[in-house]
Amino acid sequence: MSNSPSNEGVNIEPVVSFRNLALKYGKTLGLDHVTLDIPARKLIGMIGPDGVGKSTLLSLVTGSHAMQEGDLRVLGGDMRDKVHRNKVCPKIAYMPQGLGKNLYFTLTVEENLQFFARLFGHNAAERRRRIDRLTKSTGLYPFLDRPAGKLSGGMKQKLGLCCSLIHAPDLLVLDEPTTGVDPLARRQFWDLVDSIREAQENMSVIVATAYMDEAQRFDWLIAMNDGKILDTGTPDEILKKTGKDNLDDAFIELLPEEQRAGHKTLVVPPLETTEADGYSIEAEGLTKRFGTFTAVDHVSFRIRKGEIFGFLGSNGCGKTTTMRMLTGLLPATEGVAKLFGNPIDGNSLETRKHLGYMTQLFSLYGDLTVRQNLVLYAHLYQIPEDEIPERVDALLNRFQLKEIEQKLPNDLPLGLKQRLSLAAAVIHNPEIVILDEPTSGVDPVARDLFWELIIELSRKDKVTIFITTHFMNEAARCDRISLMHSGRSLVCDTPANIVAQRNAATLEEAFIGCLEDADPESNKAATESCIQNDETPEEEPAQKGGFLGWLTSKFSFQRWYTCYWREQLELLRDPVRATLALFGALILMVVIGYGINMDVEDLSYAILDNDKTEKSTNYALNLSGSRYFVQHPDVKDHADLDRRMANGELSVVVEFPPKFGKDVDDGNSPEVAYWIDGANPSRASTINGYAGLVHNDWLTNLAQYSSNSQNANQISVETRYRYNPDVASLPAMVPATIPILLMMIPAILAALSVVREKEMGSITNLYVTPLTRTEFLLGKQFPYLIFSMLSAFLLIVMAVTIFDVPVKGSFLTLLVSLLVYCVVSTGFGLLASSVTRSQIAVIFLTMLATMLPSIQLCGLTNPVETQKGAALLIGKIYPATHMLLISRGVFNKALGFAELHHEFMILVITVPIILGLGVLCLKKQES
Amino acid sequence: MIQAIKNIFQLGKKEILSLCRDGLLMALIVYSFTAAIIVASNASTDFADAAIAVVDEDQSQLSQRLSDAFQPPLFLPVEIIQRNDIDRTMDEGRYTFVVVFPVDLEKDVMAHMTPDIQVNVDATRMSQAFTGAGYIQQILFSEVQKFVKDNSGDSSAAAANIVIRNRYNPNLYGSWFNALMQLANNIAMLAIILTGSALITEREKGTLEHLLVMPVTPFQIMASKIWSMMLVVMVAALTGLFLVVRMYLQIPLAGSYMLFSLGMALYLFALTSLGIFLACMSQNMPQLGLLIILVLMPLDMLSGSSTPQESMPEWVQKVMQFAPTTHFVNITQGILFRGAGLRAMWPTFLKLFLIGAGLFTLSLGRFRKSVA
Repeated sequence: MSNSPSNEGVNIEPVVSFRNLALKYGKTLGLDHVTLDIPARKLIGMIGPDGVGKSTLLSLVTGSHAMQEGDLRVLGGDMRDKVHRNKVCPKIAYMPQGLGKNLYFTLTVEENLQFFARLFGHNAAERRRRIDRLTKSTGLYPFLDRPAGKLSGGMKQKLGLCCSLIHAPDLLVLDEPTTGVDPLARRQFWDLVDSIREAQENMSVIVATAYMDEAQRFDWLIAMNDGKILDTGTPDEILKKTGKDNLDDAFIELLPEEQRAGHKTLVVPPLETTEADGYSIEAEGLTKRFGTFTAVDHVSFRIRKGEIFGFLGSNGCGKTTTMRMLTGLLPATEGVAKLFGNPIDGNSLETRKHLGYMTQLFSLYGDLTVRQNLVLYAHLYQIPEDEIPERVDALLNRFQLKEIEQKLPNDLPLGLKQRLSLAAAVIHNPEIVILDEPTSGVDPVARDLFWELIIELSRKDKVTIFITTHFMNEAARCDRISLMHSGRSLVCDTPANIVAQRNAATLEEAFIGCLEDADPESNKAATESCIQNDETPEEEPAQKGGFLGWLTSKFSFQRWYTCYWREQLELLRDPVRATLALFGALILMVVIGYGINMDVEDLSYAILDNDKTEKSTNYALNLSGSRYFVQHPDVKDHADLDRRMANGELSVVVEFPPKFGKDVDDGNSPEVAYWIDGANPSRASTINGYAGLVHNDWLTNLAQYSSNSQNANQISVETRYRYNPDVASLPAMVPATIPILLMMIPAILAALSVVREKEMGSITNLYVTPLTRTEFLLGKQFPYLIFSMLSAFLLIVMAVTIFDVPVKGSFLTLLVSLLVYCVVSTGFGLLASSVTRSQIAVIFLTMLATMLPSIQLCGLTNPVETQKGAALLIGKIYPATHMLLISRGVFNKALGFAELHHEFMILVITVPIILGLGVLCLKKQES
Repeated sequence: MIQAIKNIFQLGKKEILSLCRDGLLMALIVYSFTAAIIVASNASTDFADAAIAVVDEDQSQLSQRLSDAFQPPLFLPVEIIQRNDIDRTMDEGRYTFVVVFPVDLEKDVMAHMTPDIQVNVDATRMSQAFTGAGYIQQILFSEVQKFVKDNSGDSSAAAANIVIRNRYNPNLYGSWFNALMQLANNIAMLAIILTGSALITEREKGTLEHLLVMPVTPFQIMASKIWSMMLVVMVAALTGLFLVVRMYLQIPLAGSYMLFSLGMALYLFALTSLGIFLACMSQNMPQLGLLIILVLMPLDMLSGSSTPQESMPEWVQKVMQFAPTTHFVNITQGILFRGAGLRAMWPTFLKLFLIGAGLFTLSLGRFRKSVA
């Protein structure tokens, strides 16, 4: 295994080679001008403390992060060269750090694997073969139908591995792949990697790991610290150089003096408590069932005050579920759990004050600085105000976080985040600390630091520690450990007794023995898969040359379809979303269709009559007869007018001057004053118009009365409302709601699709797979497009049937325009999604960019041309304006394509602009 | 109790801190109370620049005078077209109004034969069409009357004259109304989105669960989100009101700013509670986004901020009495345009407060249930 690279053929080009490679995050130097050739066809290990640039280096090598300084050649080409990157992308597999970051949680295990396999263009039979082989050898086979989000942390990690192994790459890059994976599965995993390497000789593997026992089996190691490479060589060479007998110690030896100064070998003083001290945690027959699945099956234990109790077990055996029950987050189905002798009550604040909890997944605030996080937790745990700075500083020093106290956890590597989480869990000096894999992904030095603190807490402060771990040397430090499997506790004893009982040499051996006894199946499956591995895997689908090759490198139907397939699965998994979108549109159509009416009626008016003669009364009668006005009690004086108009009661007041009647009779032309509430100008101008008509009416009647002439009216005006002769609000509004709704709803649906991937981390798949941006975006768009068209169709059906607004013009023109329009509106969402990073921002941006323009600027109530400035410009170019004209043209005006082709063409032109911008704004590399 | 207030304060501070980290989000907040208001103020709601054409088959002095009566700024310059062009030009949407003066119009008028003048209105032009039809009728009547009077040598004045006084906005500038209504709508949008998605984000990232193992109650978590988001939106909206509405757009604002701020606080209390409620109803962010549209659109469109509520069906008016937007639109118009004081506005304030309290209680119940 551990051959020196120089022993093998010199003519093999290094798989990765870099010169003076450097990368800065803001002002921080992540990678400090490193130079190295990494030999091909080897299993290369990268070791080093947390946050020294291992992940940074790997993300550069895989091309997921954009380069800054220096040269980097991977698989024989320059990684600055986009053409080369596109070429080698399918040959590199990358598994990023973090529990299942590249997975889709609503999809099942099978679907996740299918997605990756399809991306790399395998046929159905080959996909089946590879998926079965990988899942059998990692123990995931029985869980193929389970959604990835419902897997335990370690199982997610395994699935992530399978996903990156699915296409037998030339270069496999794994960033802490076995973090949080149980020892048995880890062993199976490495066997799997070995067998794949045997079958595929030219594959190189680069692994960053925090497990030194794993590093032992690697061909070649790269030790890193502080953005620099400390040393390289085979494990044996490194051991020899440092003069140590194991890699854990050698690793510590390699570190600079000041970093290892604080490190000393840990000694666990014996536990000095007796039964009399009572129990801190007690569980009796604790059981949790989710439906038919029993996650925790009658688990019992009693933990003394100050005891360190280790919880070990295979992935998905119910460790986290048990912890959640102990914290009161999850009610137990059966059995009792007690803290401090009291049954757990989810609502007891007093208990919570004495409890510290560290979750498996990072659950502090990624957008607060390290210090702000700790201060917040200190406050919430009710540490007195004046002690907080001191306490926080002490913890920052203790966990060596002082230097990064102003950084955001989002930008920190896993190991540092874990330290922060632990610091937050113990900030209030709790009496019980529940730690869910606190040391997963943490480097050996920091792990020892953790343990130093844990031992101190336990022995000095008598804090009870409940901890899960996959590290056997950590398990050995516990006072007692419990081995769990499939929800049951197999043994519960001191580590020494367990080893003795099983006659094993080490705890790991004893542990694996226990597991294999409990579940012979898993072992068998693993062996079987190793046998199967002798088959040679099918060749990777060959890349086509020439023009066709160039074209497929830009756009592959297969990959587009894969993206579409995945996105529609996710949409179908969330039926609530689909229902909301479809029926929401219909409901809104009803509300807007009935609610908005341009015909202003029922305006409240009152009379201010300073005359009170027959003439004024007669005039007032004219008003009360109008269908537009509703009379309110008379206004007494101007003060009354001011008050009642100010509170919105009256829209118009008609005032007759004193001696009105007399002045009319005398031909003095007195003035009738209309006081109109101008707060809403459009209503006010309607009232202006009505007022003129009422006044005219009165004049005519008066003339008729006095002159006895038969035809007082000189003319009659016949107003013909075209396209809507009854002036009904439905025929006017319903065609207009379709463009508005089909702008907002498809846009918001599509908008979240990309940003969600950015927030959840699965966007990495775009960075490191052969997927192009166009395939990615168009693939994502398609399900929403289908969905929007379905919605459009339903809206039209509803308009015609329920609202009785017939399609008078060309139905085909309407439908085709709506199709183009929906491409634009979903494209709009994707564009918003490309430029934003958080889900909040994208919802807000999409709403701002769709709601205001489509309701107010696109001619819904007033023609676009009457707008000014920016409003006019936006109104003119906004797609909803044109769709509105088409919709009203077809519904109301009985028009066809010939009359509407101008609007249609504008929509068509918008498509490439919107989609092009979306693709341009999306980054293919992290930067 | 004191600890509860401290917790609420600390958690709220955290919301504000993390909000400040999202540069794009901050930019959008600024945009929504500056540029968005200015753009909206230019949207047209007042009656102006209506496209009008005339078919003059009479070619008389009267028909000429009537055509000339359609003047800017209400109308664009009148265009003369032929009768057989009417259908086509209106289909194309070139004119909102086409007025037809029939043959012998003037003759018939003088002979008291009451001729017909046909006004064709493009009803798809909605408010311009309906408002304009009234104006056109009025203009035609009064012009004909004047014409008859001039030609009959009758020098007597009209029996009475009409004087129209538009209060609060004498020139009926639509921009005044639009700017403030957009402010009200953007407040609603922002408050609901910020609180709702802040809660969903906490749930999706697992931080909410972590809070629940600490000595913090659901009430404290919810209250912290409400006060912090209220503060953020309030500061942004008031700044927008002063700098953009008052200073830049130079819209005169009557009434007491203090009273208006109080109204805005009540409004925000109701909206942020609504945001929490919606977040509790949805399982993930895409669902929340859709729910927000579903709720926000009717809240905005039926609140009286685009078309007056009087002209909506009775049932809509009744339902909208439970919408915070209706009352805030009343408060904005009442205080900022009409200069109303607390004496006139208190019933609206009370209703808004009751709605807020109701929504808060409802959301708290939902929230408690969703985390239990």
